[in-house]
Amino acid sequence: MKTLDQIEKELMQTVAGIHEPPAGAYNFRVNGKSVDRQSSKNINVEPQENGLIITVKADTQDEVVHIPVIISKTGHKEVVINDFYIGDNADVTIVAGCGIYNCGPENSVHDGIHTFHVGKNAKVRYIEKHYGAGPGAGKTLNPVSKFYLEKGAYAEAELEQIRGVDSTNRITEAELKDGAKILIREKMLTQGRQHAKSHIETILNGKNSVADIVSRSVATDESRQEFTLHIEGNNLCRGHSECDAILQDNGAVLATPSLDAKHVDAQLIHEAAIGKIASEQLDKLMSLGLTQIQAESQIINGFLK
Amino acid sequence: MLQVKNLSFSVGPARKRSTILNNLNLNIKPGEFVVITGPNGSGKSTLAKLTMGLEKATSGQIIFNNQDITDKNITERAKLGIAFAFQQPPHFKGVTVKDLLQISATGHETFLEDSETDYKKLIETVGLDESYLEREVNNTLSGGELKRIEIASAIARNAQLTIFDEPEAGIDIWSFEKLVQVFKKFRDKAPERALVIISHQQRLIKQADRIIVLENGQIASEGHPDDVLPQLQEAGS
Ligand SMILES: Nc1ncnc2c1ncn2[C@@H]1O[C@H](COP(=O)(O)OP(=O)(O)O)[C@@H](O)[C@H]1O
Ligand SMILES: [Mg+2]
Repeated sequence: MKTLDQIEKELMQTVAGIHEPPAGAYNFRVNGKSVDRQSSKNINVEPQENGLIITVKADTQDEVVHIPVIISKTGHKEVVINDFYIGDNADVTIVAGCGIYNCGPENSVHDGIHTFHVGKNAKVRYIEKHYGAGPGAGKTLNPVSKFYLEKGAYAEAELEQIRGVDSTNRITEAELKDGAKILIREKMLTQGRQHAKSHIETILNGKNSVADIVSRSVATDESRQEFTLHIEGNNLCRGHSECDAILQDNGAVLATPSLDAKHVDAQLIHEAAIGKIASEQLDKLMSLGLTQIQAESQIINGFLK
Repeated sequence: MLQVKNLSFSVGPARKRSTILNNLNLNIKPGEFVVITGPNGSGKSTLAKLTMGLEKATSGQIIFNNQDITDKNITERAKLGIAFAFQQPPHFKGVTVKDLLQISATGHETFLEDSETDYKKLIETVGLDESYLEREVNNTLSGGELKRIEIASAIARNAQLTIFDEPEAGIDIWSFEKLVQVFKKFRDKAPERALVIISHQQRLIKQADRIIVLENGQIASEGHPDDVLPQLQEAGS
């Protein structure tokens, strides 16, 4: 990664947890260009217009693909389209993520559209971290993730936006066939005047399909968050969504859950809880010797862990 | 060690003011093991919360080691050497039992020398196995498990004055027998340490140096278990 400067390397570490080219398949995208790319025996990474096509061979086991995106040029705006084809019975981890460093006057924007075709009985773990830094203008991230799960497929998505992203509008969609299961874990923290919107929509078409969605967020300062969590059940299926938010300062959260049960054997549950940190929690940690500030950060760090 | 002087606590608007604690006076000496008992709603937890700083007194004073702590906050009181195990411990999403014990044991001299093994020892002391250290302190724990963890977190403070609020709740009698031994050992480890346990348990009351019976926010009787217990049993039957 000789072509990366210090700031870019740090962003890479934050969003993808790597500081040098990893073993296995990867693509590094920096300011709109693929600066380094490698396929592996089982995972093919090839360019397409505005993005990548990533194909994982059937039966591939325990491989990881890294596809981090870095923007360090002020005013850079991009739309990236990545398509993933995960072969039957494969078991892979995809580490995505985008870091924006903006020290200039213009907004930097990354719109990422990821589509996952997960084959029969295949397993995919998708990890996406979004992060913004730098004293400059806006950092905007608008990710779209679509999951199509074949029979018996399993997908786990960890979607994390921790600090520094001024504006986000994230859309996550999933369609599940028989016996497929998806787990979505979203974590978000907004500060200052940031605004975040997240729409998660799961359609349970298959018999015995399962969706489990947990969104945890913290809204601080003057920031505002909006969540719409939707589950549709069209068969014998189970869906659970949970939206948990902590408010600090003048933070605001709007959570709009909806459940659409269209089959008599669909079992759908939604839980939502929004509020400031419970005073008993603060009392307890302070009685163990923490100051109020330390107690608050302990509770928030745990909550978003 | 602890002196409570003319302590009162009232709630509600002026017209409908209700007095929870009424001009209470109390003195706890170093090394003393005191059990506070009395009917539900008599003000036992309120007294404990006022001592830890979770509630602010309406009037009166709290003195700890000759220092007036009435206006000190919870953290300051914790650092001066007061620990408190809640009657109803709160849940924490994402905070593990080990995190909680680590926070408890941090920043002061404790018996936790080598952390790995000693957290294990500590959790075993309250009758839970090592696997609980990695569990989150959330609503997947039963009431009894949560209470045991709460007791462990107070013990880990290794404080001069430790108050346990109804530690028996949710814990079966047989296990509680063992906990009584844990409390005694904890006190014996530091002879100057004062132990205040709010409890209805005969087993525990019998072990105390002194019993204080609260009724309607006042001390109804007080003394050695041999003297006070017969009166209590009479009143109860
Ligand atoms: N902050 C408060 N606001 C209103 N009522 C309270 C408050 N704190 C305690 N009380 C009332 O004071 C009484 C004593 O409570 P507590 O000290 O918890 O009793 P105990 O622990 O002896 O059962 C109860 O009737 C309780 O409802
Ligand atoms: Mg009580």
